[in-house]
Amino acid sequence: MASGARAVTAAVAVLVAAPLAVLALQSGLALRAADLAALRFTVFQALLSAAISCVLAVPLARALARRQFPGRGALLTLLGAPFLLPSIVAVLGIVSVFGRSGWVSQVTGAPFPLYGLTGVLMAHVFFNLPLATRFLLQGWQSIPAERQRLAATLNLPPMARFAHVEAPMLRAHLPGAFVAIFLVCLTSFVVALTLGGGPRATTVELAIYQALRFDFDPGHAAALAAVQAGLAALAVTLAARIALPDLGAGLDRPPVPQSRGRLLDAAVILAATLYLTLPLLAVLAEGLPALSALPAQVWPAALRSVVTALAAAALAVAAALVLALAAARGSRLAELVATLPMVASGLVLGTGWFLLLRPFVRPESLALPATVLTNALMALPFLLRLLLPQARRLHQDYDRLAQATGLTGLTRLRYLTLPRLARPLGLGAGIAAALSMGDLGTIALFADQDQATLPLVVQRLAGAYRMEAASGAALLLVALSFTLFAAFDLGGRHAGK
Amino acid sequence: MKFLPALALLATPAMADMPTLNVLTYDSFTAEWGPGPAIAKGFEATCACKVNYIAAGDGGAILSRLKMEGAGSEADVALGLDTSLMEAARATGLFAPVAAQPNTLPVPFADAEFQPFDWGWFAFVHLKSLENPPANFKALAASDLKIVIQDPRSSTPGLGLVMWVKAAYGDQAGQVWADLADNIVTVTPGWDEAYGLFLKGEADMVLSYTTSPAYHLIAESDDTKTAAAFDEGHYMQVEVAGKLKAAKQPALADAFLAYLAGPEAQGVIPTTNWMYPAQEAALPKGYETLIKPAKSLLLSSTEAEALRQAAIEEWQAALAQ
Repeated sequence: MASGARAVTAAVAVLVAAPLAVLALQSGLALRAADLAALRFTVFQALLSAAISCVLAVPLARALARRQFPGRGALLTLLGAPFLLPSIVAVLGIVSVFGRSGWVSQVTGAPFPLYGLTGVLMAHVFFNLPLATRFLLQGWQSIPAERQRLAATLNLPPMARFAHVEAPMLRAHLPGAFVAIFLVCLTSFVVALTLGGGPRATTVELAIYQALRFDFDPGHAAALAAVQAGLAALAVTLAARIALPDLGAGLDRPPVPQSRGRLLDAAVILAATLYLTLPLLAVLAEGLPALSALPAQVWPAALRSVVTALAAAALAVAAALVLALAAARGSRLAELVATLPMVASGLVLGTGWFLLLRPFVRPESLALPATVLTNALMALPFLLRLLLPQARRLHQDYDRLAQATGLTGLTRLRYLTLPRLARPLGLGAGIAAALSMGDLGTIALFADQDQATLPLVVQRLAGAYRMEAASGAALLLVALSFTLFAAFDLGGRHAGK
Repeated sequence: MKFLPALALLATPAMADMPTLNVLTYDSFTAEWGPGPAIAKGFEATCACKVNYIAAGDGGAILSRLKMEGAGSEADVALGLDTSLMEAARATGLFAPVAAQPNTLPVPFADAEFQPFDWGWFAFVHLKSLENPPANFKALAASDLKIVIQDPRSSTPGLGLVMWVKAAYGDQAGQVWADLADNIVTVTPGWDEAYGLFLKGEADMVLSYTTSPAYHLIAESDDTKTAAAFDEGHYMQVEVAGKLKAAKQPALADAFLAYLAGPEAQGVIPTTNWMYPAQEAALPKGYETLIKPAKSLLLSSTEAEALRQAAIEEWQAALAQ
């Protein structure tokens, strides 16, 4: 590893391990019998959620990759929206559509049985189908046009075409998507419990919350976080075993038009668009009336959120790029380390850092820097998974050439790396910014009354009966997150052309 | 953001000489629509000091913050713990005795270290249009009514409900929960998710407070909501404040607690925290429409602490079937 990559790897490892260690020192690592049931449900629902999201994403990404239609670019950007909804906003949006008195129940005349495993999976698919689709779309775009043309010229039947052109690409990209979604769902808390129908749907993250907030048993929380991190490491290792390196370089090109399967593609795109946009519409419909009369606290909070999100995105992108390039050169350690932060739970990292810093500084004075740092860490796994396939390809295709021509340092970054990775970098920056906009875990621990971010204000409003104002503030939050996301994503797609 | 406090100091040099009273409390107390700002303003007018709120998420977060910080805490006063957390808070040994203030709680309440500042009865809130609202847990369990409740592992109202059933049914509490299982649409991590689901029409009733309909009536001119009166009695939530031993401003802390018990601060509570004041204070118009439970239930804080773990396990076992 280059020294830069080594430094970043070490920094990330310390930033994750130190808070875990300090929590463990408080009361000793401990696991309980009830944790086993929570662990079983957590892994079960996360596996199912990831599997369903990935299976559905294949036809959707395929349809989007081979069709050109007006509004395709806008639809691709809109597909990012569900992923960046704060979980409670998404839950209420889904309830508006699929709840016992939601739109679907009204049309069919019978209450839709949302609550239970169904609801948990539906919400997780709503969140993550778009993410999986964007991962896979990158894969389809990386299939060299020459192969597509060859397949078309040979007039390969669909099955053979799939086996020779698409299956290898899926094997390169699908494991990464699966792992990313598995990790997101592993830390599900509000979604799983609220839609899960009761204590059967207890997740590890709830147990962590309970340990830190109600029982104050930091060692228990640290043990649970360590179990989550262990699961994550296992998932990443398995995925790396299964995944094949990406295909050779192709020229970036528009989708190859095909007449076969046009109707099916249209149906797939239409169904997915409906499923993903109806809850968004509900969020919009409920928030709009309150948008004109938001309480004064909302605006400075919105500004703080945007600044924090931009800083977190910048930090996350820089760190992820370094780690992805190191991982592409073959460092399994860089890959593993970059995956850990998210599953170590924001609440655990925040609490650990609070305990570490408390003797030296007032936590309030570090509220925003701590939020930036934690959110940047939490976004790392997504960014790495997005960057890695193309970073590997870049290494395969250009490393020798670059070395032979003496292209190094900033020049190599500017003329070779950045242009080639612009698309995933843009998408990743957008995801990092949006994730940070929605964060509640860290800021809630550190912030005093004057430092609230927008999600915290939404929560305070909802906690004081002001559900309408909360919907309005939530809509503002979603609009801002989406704007940041869209700006980065479109920027990346533009620069990547 | 960093230069803002510096600017504020430049603008008002006199402020720098004033002592600051640090009050650790929960988020919604400090919000612009909560009781915090008015109480701070009222107290600052009497104390030649500055009130600074340190906001934690909820009662549980206040306690864990105190445990994390120990005697090094900056807080002079902790405000917003309730009776189910009181013993755990006392056990930290961080709290100092406070002067006894008279209170008007419906059950006798006296404590050497914690002073009640507001209270409420837990209740199931429903639309007035609901036909045959149940009169007790057994009738609720026998009905087809759908309810949303909060998780006792992450929410104080959720824990209050578990204590309610325990206080009313003792050893039979597990059976009551088993009978209620098919009425429960879902269990949410916090109060706000449950109340939001109820307002969306996902359930007939939601666990909240007898005072919840007053919010809709007074703040939204909406008189469609009421609470079901249960003949087993209603469990109470009593919110308390205390002074920390390590307080850097002990005299100011005492003065603040006295002010908190006075008519000015108590008068702010009903329309900001939507709870009953703990001392004699005029109630706003609209409160007279609320149900008044004939019987109040409250386990002593030591009983509550002793029962908590087992009661939660009983709840979990009955609902996880």
